[in-house]
Formats: sequence, C-alpha cells, structure tokens
Amino acid sequence: MLELARGQLLEPAGLDDADLEKVLARLCGPGVDLGEAYFQRRVRESWMLEDGSVRGGSWDVDQGVGLRAVAGTGTGFAYADSISLPALLQAAGSARAIGRSGQSGRVRAGQGVVAEARYGTEDPTSAGRPADRVELLRTIDAYVRSLDARVSQVTVNLSASHEAVLVVASDGALAGDIRPLVRLDIRVLMEENDRREQGFAGGGGRFDLSELMNPESWQEYATEAVRQAAVNLTAEDAPAGHMTVVLGPGWPGVLLHEAIGHGLEGDFNRKGISAFSNRIGEQVASPECTIVDDGTLARRRGSLTVDDEGTAASCTTLIENGRLVGYMQDKLNARLMGAKPTGNGRRESFAHLPMPRMTNTYMLPGKHDPAEIIASVDDGIYAVNFNGGQVDITSGKFVFAASEAYRIRNGKLGAAIKGATLIGNGPDVLTRVGMVGNDLSLDSGVGVCGKEGQSVPVGVGQPTLRIDGLTVGGTA
Amino acid sequence: MSDLLTAPEREIDRLETLACRVLERARSRGADQVEVALNSSLAREAAVRLGEIDVLEEARDRGIRVSVYRGQCSGSASTGDLSPDTVDECVDRALAIARYTQPDPAAGLAQAELMAVDRVDLDLWHGHDLGMNDLLERAREIEQAGRDADARISNSEGASVSTEAAVSVYANSHGFIGSNRGTQYSQSCVLIAADQAGMQRDYDWDSRRSLSELASPEATGLEAARRTLRRLGARRVPTGKVPVLFAPEVARGLIAHLVSAVSGGSLYRRASFLLDALGQRILPDWASLIERPRLPGGPASAWFDADGVATRESALIADGELLRYVLSSYSGRRLGLNTTANAGGVRNLQFVGGSHDPDALLAELGTGLLVTEVMGQGVNLVTGDYSRGAAGFWVEGGEIAWPVEEITIAGHLRDMLGGIVAAGTDIDTRRNIQTGSLLVDRMMVAGQA
Repeated sequence: MLELARGQLLEPAGLDDADLEKVLARLCGPGVDLGEAYFQRRVRESWMLEDGSVRGGSWDVDQGVGLRAVAGTGTGFAYADSISLPALLQAAGSARAIGRSGQSGRVRAGQGVVAEARYGTEDPTSAGRPADRVELLRTIDAYVRSLDARVSQVTVNLSASHEAVLVVASDGALAGDIRPLVRLDIRVLMEENDRREQGFAGGGGRFDLSELMNPESWQEYATEAVRQAAVNLTAEDAPAGHMTVVLGPGWPGVLLHEAIGHGLEGDFNRKGISAFSNRIGEQVASPECTIVDDGTLARRRGSLTVDDEGTAASCTTLIENGRLVGYMQDKLNARLMGAKPTGNGRRESFAHLPMPRMTNTYMLPGKHDPAEIIASVDDGIYAVNFNGGQVDITSGKFVFAASEAYRIRNGKLGAAIKGATLIGNGPDVLTRVGMVGNDLSLDSGVGVCGKEGQSVPVGVGQPTLRIDGLTVGGTA
Repeated sequence: MSDLLTAPEREIDRLETLACRVLERARSRGADQVEVALNSSLAREAAVRLGEIDVLEEARDRGIRVSVYRGQCSGSASTGDLSPDTVDECVDRALAIARYTQPDPAAGLAQAELMAVDRVDLDLWHGHDLGMNDLLERAREIEQAGRDADARISNSEGASVSTEAAVSVYANSHGFIGSNRGTQYSQSCVLIAADQAGMQRDYDWDSRRSLSELASPEATGLEAARRTLRRLGARRVPTGKVPVLFAPEVARGLIAHLVSAVSGGSLYRRASFLLDALGQRILPDWASLIERPRLPGGPASAWFDADGVATRESALIADGELLRYVLSSYSGRRLGLNTTANAGGVRNLQFVGGSHDPDALLAELGTGLLVTEVMGQGVNLVTGDYSRGAAGFWVEGGEIAWPVEEITIAGHLRDMLGGIVAAGTDIDTRRNIQTGSLLVDRMMVAGQA
C-alpha cells in the first residue's frame, strides 16, 4: 500500500524521503509535539439518470497536501493544492506559526505502519467502459418502471471514487492507503390518485463497480425503493407522544451513531463538553447492549486500513454489557487524555483537519427472535427506515427521522404511518432497551456523517431493538 | 497578506486567462457549447478555547468546473488544481463524458440575449489586512466576554474569527465573461453552562462583508452566554396542539423549504408539495417575498446568475400569492418556462410585511411554544409533511415561562405557511434568506405522554 501511495503521490512530484524530512523539520519548531504531512489525491466519476435518460456525468479530481503542527492543545494548519516541494515548504511555514519561534529540530521520516489491508487496491474509476455504466443506468430505469405502473419518476446515481493517501509524521508514522469507494442510489417517485410518495434504496462499499453492476445487487435496491414508495402511499398520520418504539435491524442503527457514537468521540470528552464526559465505567445502557466501532470490517463503506493519521484501524468496544468502556480517539486527543489512538482520526480531505470520527458503529446481537419482540408490544410503533439524524452532544438530545414505519397494536403490525422524527436523550435511551434481537445486520453502504462541516463515509448496524419510551413526533 | 487581498484584479485576470484557455480548447476539440466557472479564495481563521490557541488555519482554495455540450449531450469535470495540465485534462474528461451521455433537449447555455451586460459594483469588497495575531486577539476578547458573563458558564467550545477574500469568474461560449469579488468577516462563540440538572450549549455568530459592520467582540460573547444560560433547566412539555412562534434564525428554514418546493429541480422531478401552485395563495395576504439580488453589500449579491443571466429585483410572492418559480435556464426549459435568473438559487430573499416587535409577537402567541432551534431531517418536500426535533421556551400569557427541550413539532408545510398569523420586524440580515420571527397558528407538539 505504502509503495503504491508513494508511486501515485510522491513520484509524480519528484519528492523523496529527504524532501519529506525537510518538510517535517520545517513544521517542527520549538514546542511542537507533532508535525504531519498528509498527501491525498482523489478521483471521482459519477453518472446520473433522470426521466429515462442519462443526462449528466462528471469527473472530479482533487489533490493536495495538508500540513499540521500540534503544540499542546493548539494546532497550526495550512495546505497546498499542488504537490511540490516549494508549495509544501511554504504551507509548512504557515502551519508552524503555532509553535515558538526558533530553530527547527531534525526529523527523520519513520518506518512503514503495519496494518492489514481491509479492501483491494483496484481503481473503480478506470475499471470497465463508460458505455457499460450508461447502459446499466438505463437497464435499471426500465426495470424499476416494470415493477409498478404507479412509478412516475426514477432517478439513478452511480459514482466511483479512487483515493490515494500518504501520511508522514514526526512521531515516526509513515503510512499509505489506497481507498476505492463506490455507490449506487435509486430514488423512485410513485403517484396514485392525488398522492405522491418517494422510495429510496442504495448501497456500496470499498470495492469495484462490477459488484454493483451485478443484477442481484441492483435489482434488490430497485425492488426495495419501489416497495417503500408503495408502502408510503398507504401511510396514515403518525401518532404524537411518548411510546414504545421497535427499531428494525440494519440502517436504524443510525440511533447508535447519534445517541451514543458522537458523545463518545475523544475530542468532546477531552474538553468535558459531552453528556458522556467522565462517565467511563458507568452503566449507560441495559446489560443486553454491547456496542463497537469497527473500522476493520472487510470492504465496508466506513472501513479503513489505516486512518488519516496513519494509525491502523481497530475494533473499539464502546459499551460492554451496558457499561461505558471506551472512547474513539485521534492522536491529539489520545495524547491529551493519556489514552491510545484507536484508528478513528479521520478528515474529509487534505484541506480539513483530522478529528475523532466513527467508522462502522453497531450493536452486537442479543437473544430474542424479532417476531417475539414485536409480539411483546401492546401499543407502539415499528420503524424500519430512516433519513438520518442529529445530536446535541452537550445536552445529549438526539433526533432521527423515520421514513418508513408501522403502528403496532396488541402485538401485531398495523397500518403504515407517515414519516416522523423520534427524539430522545443519549445517556438514558439505551437504559430503556427492553429487548435485543438476534438479527444483527449492517446497512447497505450509504451512510455519510457530518461533523464541524466535514463529511466522511460511515457504516451503522444493529439487531432489532425495543425501546420502552421514546418521543414520536407525529401529528395525530 | 497575499496579492489576492491587495490586488484582486490580478487574480481575476489569471482566472480569466484560464477561462479563455478552457473555452478555446473545448471548442477546438469538438464542443458546440462550453461554460466554465472558476474561484479562488484566501481565508485565515484563529480559534481559541479557554483562552489558549485552539487552531490557526490558513486556507488557500481554488477550483474550476467545466461543462461542455456536444449537441444536446453534456459532460462536466472539476478540480481544485488550477495548473494548466490539470485544467486541460478536465476539458478532455468533460468532452469524453459528453460522448456517452444521452441527448437532453433542455441541455445547453442560457439564451445569448439574456447575458448580463451592465456590470455593477455591488459593494462587496472591503479589504483589511488582518494578521493571525489580530484575529487571535479578537477571538480571545469574544470568548472572555462570554465566560465572564455569568458564573454558570462552566466551559467553552471556543471562539473563532475568520476573514476571507474571494474572487470568481464565469465565462461561456456566447462570449460572456463576468467576475465577482467579495470579502467576508466572521466570528462565532460556543459556550457551555451547567447547573445541577446538566449541561447546555448554545452559540452566537455574525458574518459581514465589511469588518466595520461586524458585531463587536463583546456583543457576540455576551449573546452566546445569554443564549446558553437561558437553556438551563429545560424540560419537556405535554403533547398537544398549540401555536408556535419561530425565532428569526429558525423561521428562515420555513422560507427555505418554500423556496426549495418552488425551485425548478423539485418541480420537474414532481418532488414538491407546491406543484402547479403558480397564482395560488401560499402565505397570508399581508406577506410578500422579494428577491433583491443586487442589494449593495448583501450576503448573496451578484449581477449575473450561475448561467451568466442578468439578475434583477423581483417578487417571488406578493400579497401571499406565488408569482413565479425559482428557475435556471435548464430547469426553465425542462418546464417549458423562461429562466428567472436563479441559476445557483435565490439571492437576498426578504420577507416583507412583518409588523410586530418581539413583545407584541409573544402577546399574540399567548400560550404556546417559542422555537429557537430545530434538529434533524424530518422535512418531506414531496408531501410537505414536517416533523422535527425542537428546543425553545414555553410561553404563558405572552411571557416566557421556562425553557423546553427534547420535543418534536409537526405539521404540514402548506398549512404552516398559510397559517402564519403574524411576523416580526426582528429581521435576521446575516443570511441569504432574511426574515423576522414567524408565528404559526397551530402545530402538534410531542413531549410527555
């Protein structure tokens, strides 16, 4: 990986190890704890079908180097959008302003970081022919329309990106990574009488486009999008108030991401501004709950071989049998908290600073059959699809918006209900988990997490969960 | 600072030269039409937390996006690397893509006769050479003012101050070439307050074209403290239907949903709750939405839109009635209508007709909910169904009674917009969509059982 990244990022610019040492030395003025250079090149190709034809396509490339000097709790940061020694040295000069003035030290580029590869090094943007991608989109459109005559609009987006990164830092880190990422989205609008409703499905991961082009995968997404839209055409007004909520497996794991995940990121806890600050060792969930953040899953959208600081990805247990046991860390916050980096230092691009971010966050399976969980509810709702969520990490209040849900009455699934926002309090929502299903599944690969203006791809997952009391924001 | 700040003309010249290179290369390699947008900016930001430096950042950003048309087939490409080789590669890649896309009858440039000709100075450039130390000093003052405001301010996420100078160029094969330049000065402060019930966080910010118009450091620090402190002790409310007053910073969201629903992309995809609403009453008859794209010093002012079409002042809604959609030349053609010079969105849209000051609005509200924050994505523009998390204050008899959190507010956007019964004079001028508080007659609030 390192050699591949070197070949794609350093060699075209004629940079060698001696140049890297020069840049690090420039960054590391007196008082600087960490100097780091992050090289990145990302090429993305995308195609869009709308109203029956492939109307747009785009090719986008970005490359550059982010230079960071960390002193105590402070960070100096600058970046260059061309990879060349003069540009690097100039940006390094800006970034080192954080340190005290004086002579720079000598810094040696380190050894390669040892990390097991979590995905292949193929370039999905150069695999296959563009004509095949265009043809695929048209085939999907025809297939979706053949499924249900009420379909009036189909939008299909296909994208593939290829990213090479190389990190070199004054703590000896030297790591490269080649990251493929592909995604297919199918959006359907269905009309009947005076009603119009949408359905959405999609997926992807860190692999080649050929897997998404396989009819078995795209037909599944197409069928799912049409099914959702059809269900929503029958949806009644959602109830309002505090009630029992059963969450389906997989994508509803966005609950964990919002309610628990963000609050356990190292930066918020180092600063003491998370609702979970100073609560390690406390019982914050029912004993049936064990939650991990796992960047090591093969070829998942949120997975990483090494994070953006060159730390090997790992599986970090956040909550074990209901007890809070760990935070997710990057280098800066780990050092300040006396902890170890956990492979969660991520950044949107070379033009953004790294911070602790989630990878794939999920709950391990419990012992209950999902049917048994639904049968246990007298009056509540069953929510299986969501649009995404948001959290206030300080007060702990979080929301996530259901896009497909059903009423449960007397242990039986009833009518579909319209989308509604669910709101709760992160530190206590999981103490009210009454039952955990045995049906863990992970999402299909469409998650995007936003934090401080930076977006990164993530994954979520969970088994079916029963939560005994959550506020449901319907209108009825 | 660099020459971008002291001599923006030189950077504009450079971008214009690149634009011509792109037009020439694309035409000579088979494009029937081509357009190109370039931008270049320099930003500095200093952030402090608890009086110590948190981040010092210098950001030099550049970008180019090229769109080419072969007949009715289009392709596009972008990069952040403005070296001639990469720019050339972008042109070639866009042309290659246009070989595979299908003919789109709506594709292509806007009509040549619509191109803007009257270059006007919109007073968007107010250069000040502020160094990192100036920014740092100001950030420290902001945070200190906030932390000193009250002993219950227990922690801070910090204060930050930034300056940005940006230039942009748009050119197309009609021969249009136009440029813009603008400065932006911004500051923000995020504070934490604590009491026995727990922690609360809130913030304040300001952003202006000119440093002299920016709020004072004390004002931002103190307002952040006031907003944070007033949330302490928040609790839920009983579930029920009540009137809801949206403070200006969240009222703009309601208007933004309206704008999305009458924008070309939502309409030709039939993904709007306001399909075929032209001529219909959307807002009460005393309310209008006026777009002022050439407002001097405005947050989104421009003399041409993203298609090169001349912008002009125009009502979107007058006396409650929808007079037009929000269209680019592309979305206009998809709908069989003319562009409204809104490629790139609305520019300085103002809600006109509000007459109540904040106390009068609370009196009008009587007993109900004042919302100061909304959370999450629970807005369905296809159906108009609205359900979001919220925080704010319970109001009784026209007086703020206590802070509220962990609740949802729900309704239907068409009913909510039509159900606006009063609007405030407290217009928030920091953003592109500018409105005062908006009072909605009835929404479902969910909290306790």
